[in-house]
Amino acid sequence: MTTLMAITAGVLFAAGTYLLLGRQLSRLVIGIGLLGHGANILIVLSGGGRGRPAFVGNGDADELADPLPQALVLTAIVITFGVMAFLLAMAFRSWLLNRDDDVEDDVEDRRVAAALAEEDPS
Amino acid sequence: MEALTTLPILLPLLGAAASIGVGRWRNAQRIIGIVVLSAVTAISAVALLRVDRDGMTAVAIGDWGAPVGITLVADRLALLVLVAAMVMLLAVLVFAIGQPGAESHHVGFHPVYLVLAAGVALAVLTGDLFNLFVAFEMMLMSSYVLITLGGRRDQVRSGMTYVIISLIASSLFLVAVGLIYAATGTVNMADLTDQVAALPDGLRSGLAVLLVVVFGIKAAIFPLFFWLPDSYPTAPTPVTAIFAGLLTKVGVYALIRTQTLIFPEGTRPGELLLVVAGLTMVVGVLGAITQYDIKRLLSFHIVSQIGYMVMGLGFFTVAGVAGAVIYIVHQIVVKTTLFMVGGLVELRAGTGEIDRIGGLARLEPVLAVLWMLPALSLAGIPPFSGFIGKLALVDAGFEAGEHAVVGISLAVSVMTLFSMMKIWSNVFWEVPEVQPSPQAEESTALGRGLMVGSTAAVVAVSLAIAIWAGPLHDLTIRAAEELLDGTAYRAAVLGP
Repeated sequence: MTTLMAITAGVLFAAGTYLLLGRQLSRLVIGIGLLGHGANILIVLSGGGRGRPAFVGNGDADELADPLPQALVLTAIVITFGVMAFLLAMAFRSWLLNRDDDVEDDVEDRRVAAALAEEDPS
Repeated sequence: MEALTTLPILLPLLGAAASIGVGRWRNAQRIIGIVVLSAVTAISAVALLRVDRDGMTAVAIGDWGAPVGITLVADRLALLVLVAAMVMLLAVLVFAIGQPGAESHHVGFHPVYLVLAAGVALAVLTGDLFNLFVAFEMMLMSSYVLITLGGRRDQVRSGMTYVIISLIASSLFLVAVGLIYAATGTVNMADLTDQVAALPDGLRSGLAVLLVVVFGIKAAIFPLFFWLPDSYPTAPTPVTAIFAGLLTKVGVYALIRTQTLIFPEGTRPGELLLVVAGLTMVVGVLGAITQYDIKRLLSFHIVSQIGYMVMGLGFFTVAGVAGAVIYIVHQIVVKTTLFMVGGLVELRAGTGEIDRIGGLARLEPVLAVLWMLPALSLAGIPPFSGFIGKLALVDAGFEAGEHAVVGISLAVSVMTLFSMMKIWSNVFWEVPEVQPSPQAEESTALGRGLMVGSTAAVVAVSLAIAIWAGPLHDLTIRAAEELLDGTAYRAAVLGP
């Protein structure tokens, strides 16, 4: 199970990184989401293997799953959720302003392009 | 002491909640903001004096003891950075109230600004890695809102770059926390000192470099700085000023904290940091020299100056880390000041393009003085605070035998002076030339007084740093000893 989860986290990271390399905002948003999920799975895994729920009933402490990563991952999920909402709002704003899903070139890119065009009009 | 440690985080958060509640009345929001930040400034100053006298204290939140619960640790380094940060947050808030634009047009400015203050306080005071992640998220989340306040087209474009690069850094940070927990079974920094020492060499170096990358993106060190000069200049002046002063420096603070505390002597990535520091200084200042917009030019200088702090850390000696700490304090003050004056110039001249401005020294002599003092300080001319910081770093560098990187840092100082003088001769000399700006017509005499007054106050703070350089240097030496040794920190958190 742990191996399978580790592979899942790896696939999520790979897919997220691939999506981040594109220029479309919608892809970027999904890519960031996948990266976040990958990181969250990694944190869950960091507590070790499966076990009985902590803080519930009686039993041997050795059989319990580590509750700390679960607490951490809950916080991380909430933060990822909030950030994703903001990112979507911003992507929507960008679409309203530009009617275009692509990320624009930054100031320096445009300046370099203009300088090149001036030097070599052909 | 417990209250003194928790209040700098709690007060701004409660203030933010109250500020949302009175959202309809801008003046009530202003009073809340100023009262809260003044109180936190006073509290952190008192805490710094007490910690310097009695030694550091650790507070277990909710009585869950370390290493399981959340620990806040108030040591000299944390409180020194906290005091400097809070003074700047207060000054910039006054500036923002005076400036027509961001603050008066948006109901969300004050609450978000206070959450930013709480995030900074939590980031410096926290004693565990995961809480550091949460603190960074608080800071970044508010910075996303502040940087896109107004929602103009260029703001959304550059804001997008900023948000996405920060999110990638945050994901990496989460990964680092997960891997560290998997390897050691703890995220408490005091506990980590023991656990990390027992790890195999390769794993330990891997974790160290991962943390360098994570905080390197936040601190904008070479080659991870590309987002900064593109995104900062588009935000409203007060926002750019506070980002320039605080956010990257908190990144450097986290770098210093984790690299010294968690990783034992002999396993720290000193060489790597020194190489990166040299490249950061050179690339940053070369970028600045080619720019003709005041805010963009200053943004490249942020990058360049980060290199000095990383250099001080890279020596991993008491003198080096102490120099880095002085430099952080100096930069928090001077960078904020320069952006505030830059904003005033833009407001007066109607543009930030230095080619299209001229003769401000005759039109606005006060502004010229306010610009000249921090500009000389940034370049490291005595008797200003930049000189104190650079002297401490250069001294530490020679002591550590790292002549190459010290030589680079001195050359970069000259180039910094050159680019400051470029602004001076273009903007303040030459034939008077200003454009009318719609914002300037909107500003009142009181607003202008607030802006110039708060800028003058921070210039005075940077002069005060130079005057009290002796006691400050002793304080940073004590902070660095405490940091590199680590036994006092462990004893305070985990008990003897």
